[in-house]
Amino acid sequence: MNYKLIFSIAKSLLLARWKQTLVAAIGVTFSITMFIGLLSFMTGLNELLDGLILNRTAHVRLYNDIKPSADQPINSSAAYKDGYNFINSVKPGSSRKEIYNSGAIMQSLEMDSRITGIAPKITAQVFFNDGGIDFTGVVNGIDVEAESRLFHFGDYITEGNQQEIKNAANNIVLGIGLAQKLLVNIGDVVQVTTVNGEIFQLKVVGFFQSGISDFDNVQSYASISTTQKILGKANNYITDIQVKLKDINQAPALAKQYEQIYYCDAEDIQTANAQFETGSSIRTLISYAVGITLLIVAGFGIYNILNMMIYEKMDSIAILKATGFSGRDVKRIFLIIALTIGLFGGIVGLLFGFLLSSGIDQVPFKTSALPTVTTYPINYNPLYYLIGFSFSLITTYLAGFFPARKASKVDPVIIIRGK
Amino acid sequence: MSEPVLQANHINKYFHDPKTVKVLNDITFNVNRGEFVSVIGRSGCGKSTLLYILSTMDTDYEGELLIDKESMNNKKEGQLAIIRNQKIGFVFQFHYLLNEFSALHNVMLPALKLSKYPEQEIKKRALEKMEILGIAKLAAQKPNQLSGGEKQRVAIARALINDPLILMGDEPTGNLDKKNSQIVFDIFQRLTKEFNQTLLIVTHDTGFAEKTNRIIEMEDGRIIRQ
Repeated sequence: MNYKLIFSIAKSLLLARWKQTLVAAIGVTFSITMFIGLLSFMTGLNELLDGLILNRTAHVRLYNDIKPSADQPINSSAAYKDGYNFINSVKPGSSRKEIYNSGAIMQSLEMDSRITGIAPKITAQVFFNDGGIDFTGVVNGIDVEAESRLFHFGDYITEGNQQEIKNAANNIVLGIGLAQKLLVNIGDVVQVTTVNGEIFQLKVVGFFQSGISDFDNVQSYASISTTQKILGKANNYITDIQVKLKDINQAPALAKQYEQIYYCDAEDIQTANAQFETGSSIRTLISYAVGITLLIVAGFGIYNILNMMIYEKMDSIAILKATGFSGRDVKRIFLIIALTIGLFGGIVGLLFGFLLSSGIDQVPFKTSALPTVTTYPINYNPLYYLIGFSFSLITTYLAGFFPARKASKVDPVIIIRGK
Repeated sequence: MSEPVLQANHINKYFHDPKTVKVLNDITFNVNRGEFVSVIGRSGCGKSTLLYILSTMDTDYEGELLIDKESMNNKKEGQLAIIRNQKIGFVFQFHYLLNEFSALHNVMLPALKLSKYPEQEIKKRALEKMEILGIAKLAAQKPNQLSGGEKQRVAIARALINDPLILMGDEPTGNLDKKNSQIVFDIFQRLTKEFNQTLLIVTHDTGFAEKTNRIIEMEDGRIIRQ
């Protein structure tokens, strides 16, 4: 097939009506721009909102729950085996909160290819002493590097540097609400009394703001070894192992599996936070619906313009057919016209879409929930650009298909006789 | 010498709208190589309808049509397009030049479609044809800058570009004044004499027809004299 010729004819028809062509291309450009802008912004917001929960929460949390044993001694007795045993006033035994054999579990988890990483954690109930008043609080012992990598710990530090807590044994990061109550600044020392009555002096190296004030009023963070010291425990004492998975959807299945393998309790994120998924999937659906509607409207514009062009160029189509161009050639010419409009309109649309989303990215947006976020969130996912581009080609192809088919069916005899 | 280029055997044609009317009735004739044939008749006698059937553009008829001894019946639209491209040249009453292209490019289009020769060669050949018709100097002009006679000569050059077996004309001088009609007629005559070109021209200009080799006269869908 002589594509060079087909292209040159398509080009001259396009240029002969360049104003209409431009309007059609602007239609595509506008819809792609809005599609990209809208989707980037919407999914950016979605990610931000999901992140509020997802980023901070372990996909699977391994821990030892304090609860009465499900397997009471009477069940082991052969004498009462056949009976149905009622036991009143069951109390949890003096079971340890510690995860047994935590070192080996962590090693084994590190080898698991399904997980992104793990972060061990300990919590210690303490009193923060401020003169005569004691505030109850919690010291979380964390591995600051794992916590930052997996759960974006660094994003919630409003002042100071979280890395400091692993540099010295008695450094602590305070929740912002707690720090305000204690009236401390970075560099000040706070006094902490443990449940067992021991007193520790800890140096404040940073403030932490999660956006949930109940949380910020009681929580503080120190290194694992500092917390172990506060609790008076050995250096293998770990109460929680937080697991982050590559695929969050595997969490419920893996939680069950880990419970069996490691003889501990495991909680998955879906059970812990059931509500968050619904909202984000509906928001994404709405933005896709709006974007695709825009593209379809642009498609109708192209359809109209091509239809008009075909009526105007009836004579040219007739003579092309009379001189030996087949219906297929004519169809190709009009499809090329449509696709060219889609291609250029689409590319410019992607560019403007990028500019629009960068523009939104500059708009100030302050929220106490996320201290590190200062402007509207934008998701620059290349996938949206790919979808936008494919859609611009698909809709223009469809918009061009029917007029092109009509052009291919033009009967030259009718046109030529009509003159 | 009397090798038939175009053969029409018992061609009948009906129009169905608003009611069925027989417009062509048992048309049978041959056109031989090198002949200059004119078809005359009053308007409405079916001569243009016949031409469009002979040109393969109209396929809704009964009977048999052979071009270059090859039957045109049962051929697909794409195959007929190729035959029109290679073997038939057209000149219409209206020039049908594409205003987006230069005169030269208009002439080149059918040859570019055929792509038997490289583009440079096609350009050379197109200029040769235009030279024969005395319009080589207008090659770079756009059709809307040309006069009616010049446009028609560009259209003739376009019809000749693929060295067609037969050149068909539907009132090619119908829109032209006397002087330009004469020029076009002289061109046709030169084409038969010098290049042995076969011509089939539909006209209602009896003065034009009388000067051709052979006249086919039609009336009410029949050939009454040939």
